[in-house]
Amino acid sequence: MADIRNFTLNFGPQHPAAHGVLRLVLELDGEVVERADPHIGLLHRATEKLAETRTWVQSVPYMDRLDYVSMMCNEHAYCMAVEKMLGIQVPERGLYIRTMFDEVTRILNHLLWIGCHALDVGAMTMALYTFREREDLMDAYEAVSGARMHAAYYRPGGVYRDLPDRMPQYEVSKWKNAATVKAFNENRQGSLLDFLEDFTNRFPKYHSEYHTLLTDNRIWKQRLVNIGVVTPERAKQLGFTGAMLRGSGIEWDLRKKQPYAAYDKVDFDVPVGVNGDSYDRYLVRMEEMLQSNSIIKQCIDWLRKNPGPVITDNHKVAPPSREAMKSNMEELIHHFKLFTEGIHVPPGEAYAAVEHPKGEFGIYFISDGANKPYRMKIRAPGFAHLAAMDEMSRGHMIADVVTIIGSQDIVFGEIDR
Amino acid sequence: MSAKLERLSQHLEKHLGDRLKRLTLALGEVSIEVAAADYAGVMLTLRDEPELGFEELIDLCGVDYSAYGESWQGRRFAAVSHLLSIANNWRLRVRVFAEDDGFPVVASVTPIWSSANWFEREAFDLFGIVFDGHEDLRRILTDYGFVGHPFRKDFPISGHVEMRYDPDEGRVIYQPVTIEPRENTPRIRREDTYGDVAHG
Repeated sequence: MADIRNFTLNFGPQHPAAHGVLRLVLELDGEVVERADPHIGLLHRATEKLAETRTWVQSVPYMDRLDYVSMMCNEHAYCMAVEKMLGIQVPERGLYIRTMFDEVTRILNHLLWIGCHALDVGAMTMALYTFREREDLMDAYEAVSGARMHAAYYRPGGVYRDLPDRMPQYEVSKWKNAATVKAFNENRQGSLLDFLEDFTNRFPKYHSEYHTLLTDNRIWKQRLVNIGVVTPERAKQLGFTGAMLRGSGIEWDLRKKQPYAAYDKVDFDVPVGVNGDSYDRYLVRMEEMLQSNSIIKQCIDWLRKNPGPVITDNHKVAPPSREAMKSNMEELIHHFKLFTEGIHVPPGEAYAAVEHPKGEFGIYFISDGANKPYRMKIRAPGFAHLAAMDEMSRGHMIADVVTIIGSQDIVFGEIDR
Repeated sequence: MSAKLERLSQHLEKHLGDRLKRLTLALGEVSIEVAAADYAGVMLTLRDEPELGFEELIDLCGVDYSAYGESWQGRRFAAVSHLLSIANNWRLRVRVFAEDDGFPVVASVTPIWSSANWFEREAFDLFGIVFDGHEDLRRILTDYGFVGHPFRKDFPISGHVEMRYDPDEGRVIYQPVTIEPRENTPRIRREDTYGDVAHG
């Protein structure tokens, strides 16, 4: 009898379908996966340790670099945890802006996810479509914060500044003539809210194009249906949250169950899967995008009607305006103390979690009363999801591993931290 | 505090009894502290008792308390878990201190929640807390062959070694770090009422 032995395959760390730096050691019996052992940490930057040596405000930009496709949601959890410990209130307009940008971020994240997931599974076109739409949302990020991705827009106490009245315009250059620039600038004539409203009106049409391309596509279904099935019991055991949990049929959404920001004042539905396979998770996330679109619309309506402050006026936490600072001694001192010494957070501990596009993203702080955190722990949703990789891929073909990674929506910035 | 958290505290007192070393209600969150000897048993009760019903372990992390506050009197290492009950929609924080500061050991909760697997590996990797009963306690985040536990308070932020390419030897070598530690904003603790942020 021939000598049969298992085959061990190194998948990654530089593999285009590994969504970053994942080294996956696969034990194979023929083409069937016997065991998957993910080796992570190749992107470990010790964000939590770095935060111990930075003041409370200085760590906000690090949050963008965790899950680098849903930047503002990370900041949101961080700011919520700090606000909880300080016991300060965010003005209502600030809460609505946060809600709106959380949903912009959710669409951004899901667009990247569906683009890359489809690309991995073999549908090239999706990535081109979704990156077209992402561009508009990135412009919204840029208009509000000056940066396309790493915004650092949310601050403890609110958001850094109010929404801009005008959108940045394209300019004529040797690559773009006047006619092209005019067409590009057509939906940028008004404020940021006009620009986003235009997007929300266009988006459902794009969304139905994605459905046409994928949902009933024979190859797409062959690759996703019944792949990586997780039962509701196992999903809870494995610490799943977000779309991974909802895909398994458990109705759980922090925006509904433990509302934060302005989520208790907007109307939306929570899609839930039935079978717990990759296809159900795909459908859940697709529907979430439409719900986000509707939340953005509701926030735009509210923000149009209700001007007001966007950040707390407590100058122990948020800086005073430049104008006040230059005419008023006390404001000058506040500004100086805030930017040299920082916020002092009372001793204690707090955990704040948001419904991040990928699941529950939480920040746990321990403070000893200093101007820096004593300990920060980031609860990354992807960490728990990737830990289930072994269980989900066992008994599947090697090509299905790519589908499972895709349906887990893995990003290494948050897993390795 | 809300009636819901009040109810949770009563259920905890009822089902854990003497095993509950401390219960705190602060900032809308319930935290309990248990002894290392009771830890695994308490966690099983927390999951299986329907009046508590914590079916998900959301997070587990290590904490090194050696530099906390002016002078820390208690044990050095703790494992802090965050539990979530989907059925009852409440959360709980459980803290357990390891008895021995030199060789911290606490029981593993992987038999109770599968999600504890990687969280415990991380706490072992970063703090050197050993989880008794964990079947695969390997390093997870640090490099292959890494020495030490980087999140301990006595581990410098710059680390101990750095890596560079050595043209003479024609390979990548490790050497002691050459950068000076630098602190732009010093760590300052004021009296507890300083600034009075919450009421100012």
